[in-house]
Amino acid sequence: MFKAIGFAAALSLTAGVACAQAPNDAQIAHIAYTAGNIDIAAGKQALAKSHDKAVRDFASEMVRDHTAVNDQALALVKKLGVTPQDNPTSQSLAKGGAEKLKELGALKGKAFDKAYAANEVAYHKTVNGALATVLIPNAKNAELKSLLQTGLKLFKEHQAHAEMLAASLK
Amino acid sequence: MSSPHPLLALLAGAALIAAPVSGAAAKGHKAKGPVVYTVTVQQMKFGPTPPAIHVGDTIEWVNNDIFVHSATAKDHAFDVELPVKAHRWTTFHKAGTYPFTCRYHPGMTGTLVVKD
Repeated sequence: MFKAIGFAAALSLTAGVACAQAPNDAQIAHIAYTAGNIDIAAGKQALAKSHDKAVRDFASEMVRDHTAVNDQALALVKKLGVTPQDNPTSQSLAKGGAEKLKELGALKGKAFDKAYAANEVAYHKTVNGALATVLIPNAKNAELKSLLQTGLKLFKEHQAHAEMLAASLK
Repeated sequence: MSSPHPLLALLAGAALIAAPVSGAAAKGHKAKGPVVYTVTVQQMKFGPTPPAIHVGDTIEWVNNDIFVHSATAKDHAFDVELPVKAHRWTTFHKAGTYPFTCRYHPGMTGTLVVKD
């Protein structure tokens, strides 16, 4: 069930971006911000639906950490005078995120917890792959690149944490 | 050539003793009492910890990252929440080896060795 977003995101973030023109910094900032927002929304949904302490703790961490990165990204683009530029990758991500929210919204209890954790594993794996292979290598501004690199370290932690969570829910 | 003034030599020796052996910063001097060492969190990592501290010494945790972290002993001997840009202190009253991690980001790890 989470494969849909994983595949769609992988397609748009890696193959799509790589095959098309390399994204510029304004597009990279928009993609990273959008990806963060999707996980914040997923975390808020989990906090609204789940009663499992481990799931809720993880969701709180996602909301807090991704909000921190996005706040930092906003401050950076403001400082650089860059306007984040919407693009097909961001649009595809946002669409996939909205669909996933709807899909998970129909689930309850343990089924929701398991699906949320599984999607978090898949989503972070995809985003981390895109950061490492497309977004970071193409970022021109040193501060943006550095923020993305910090983000990648953080999201690898999230992926590991999501894998632990998913395993504990089986 | 004249030899260094004895007072200068004494001061130099004292400075060497007081200087932290690792990258962890230290405030204070053992001869004057407990030492405060600083361990800084940055870029999703704990900075260097002193090779060994002593009972009564304190670790000052400084979170220079943009994320909330914690310094949490694996045996729960301490569990310090580290908000962004916060400074927090842990004083050690018992000798031992304390592996620690960040509760939120378990890949972040370190170890403190506390001697009598």
